[in-house]
Amino acid sequence: MDSFTPLPALMGGCLIGLAAATLWLANGRLAGISGMVGRLLPFSPAQLWRLVFILALVAGAAGAALLWPQLGNGGSQPARLVTAPASLGVPTPVWLVIAGLLTGVGTTLANGCTSGHGICGLARLSPRSFVAVGVFFGVAILTVTVTGVV
Amino acid sequence: MLRLLAAALSGLLFGAGLYVSQMVDPYKVLRFLDFTAIPTGGWDPSLALVMLPGVVIMFLAVRISGRRTAPLFDQRFHHPEASRIDAPLIAGSALFGIGWGMSGLCPGPALALLAFPPADLWIFLAAMLAGMVGTRLVQLRPARLDPAVQS
Repeated sequence: MDSFTPLPALMGGCLIGLAAATLWLANGRLAGISGMVGRLLPFSPAQLWRLVFILALVAGAAGAALLWPQLGNGGSQPARLVTAPASLGVPTPVWLVIAGLLTGVGTTLANGCTSGHGICGLARLSPRSFVAVGVFFGVAILTVTVTGVV
Repeated sequence: MLRLLAAALSGLLFGAGLYVSQMVDPYKVLRFLDFTAIPTGGWDPSLALVMLPGVVIMFLAVRISGRRTAPLFDQRFHHPEASRIDAPLIAGSALFGIGWGMSGLCPGPALALLAFPPADLWIFLAAMLAGMVGTRLVQLRPARLDPAVQS
């Protein structure tokens, strides 16, 4: 378990919780990232806050990486994506296209992802979110086991 | 203006949290999802410790909002409209689960990676956006003609 990093995980989780709490108590909006992106188009001035949030999210990650480079990827080490499992014979770019499409279609159909259902939905005790989280965690664990991507 | 500032503050905190927790590293996420590593001691439970305080803090915020009629800078709390546990929720979550298990990326970290983009990030992001826009176009299209009426 040498890869287990409890302290940064808890600290990062607190920051994410504070982010969701800020958006909810200040603006009455849920910090669901898939919805934030999916509703950007068609763009209108009413969607400006979503664009501001996403740009700030990128800036927040960049700023934290500058302040705390030793935490890892994006800081002192370059950020990385997965490599497709060699045994399946699928080139990595194709693997990423399939994964990206499934993520886009799936989170739109389900109306949420790890943040919208995972953080906000569970906190709201939403039955829909408990089902969604159970399904996407279960299927993701199964996918990792079957594909051996890690 | 205050609404935009609050959105910016929230986004900054969110992005910082994704980097600090290293959820921007797909392999860290996958090492949580790899339950076959539990018996061998190679399992990384970090993701659970990211979710836990995130949910607890948001839970407290939801309790606070329950005692208020409106948020600070808007007329009302925008609760999600959907409430039914239906086929799109389950099918969509399953599809997302496959994508997440393949890539170790969910939408938040995928966007946060734009801060220090690895090669090929654009491939994943373009496919994700295409999936989102395509699905919404199909959803927004007026209901198809009833086949009984067509004949």
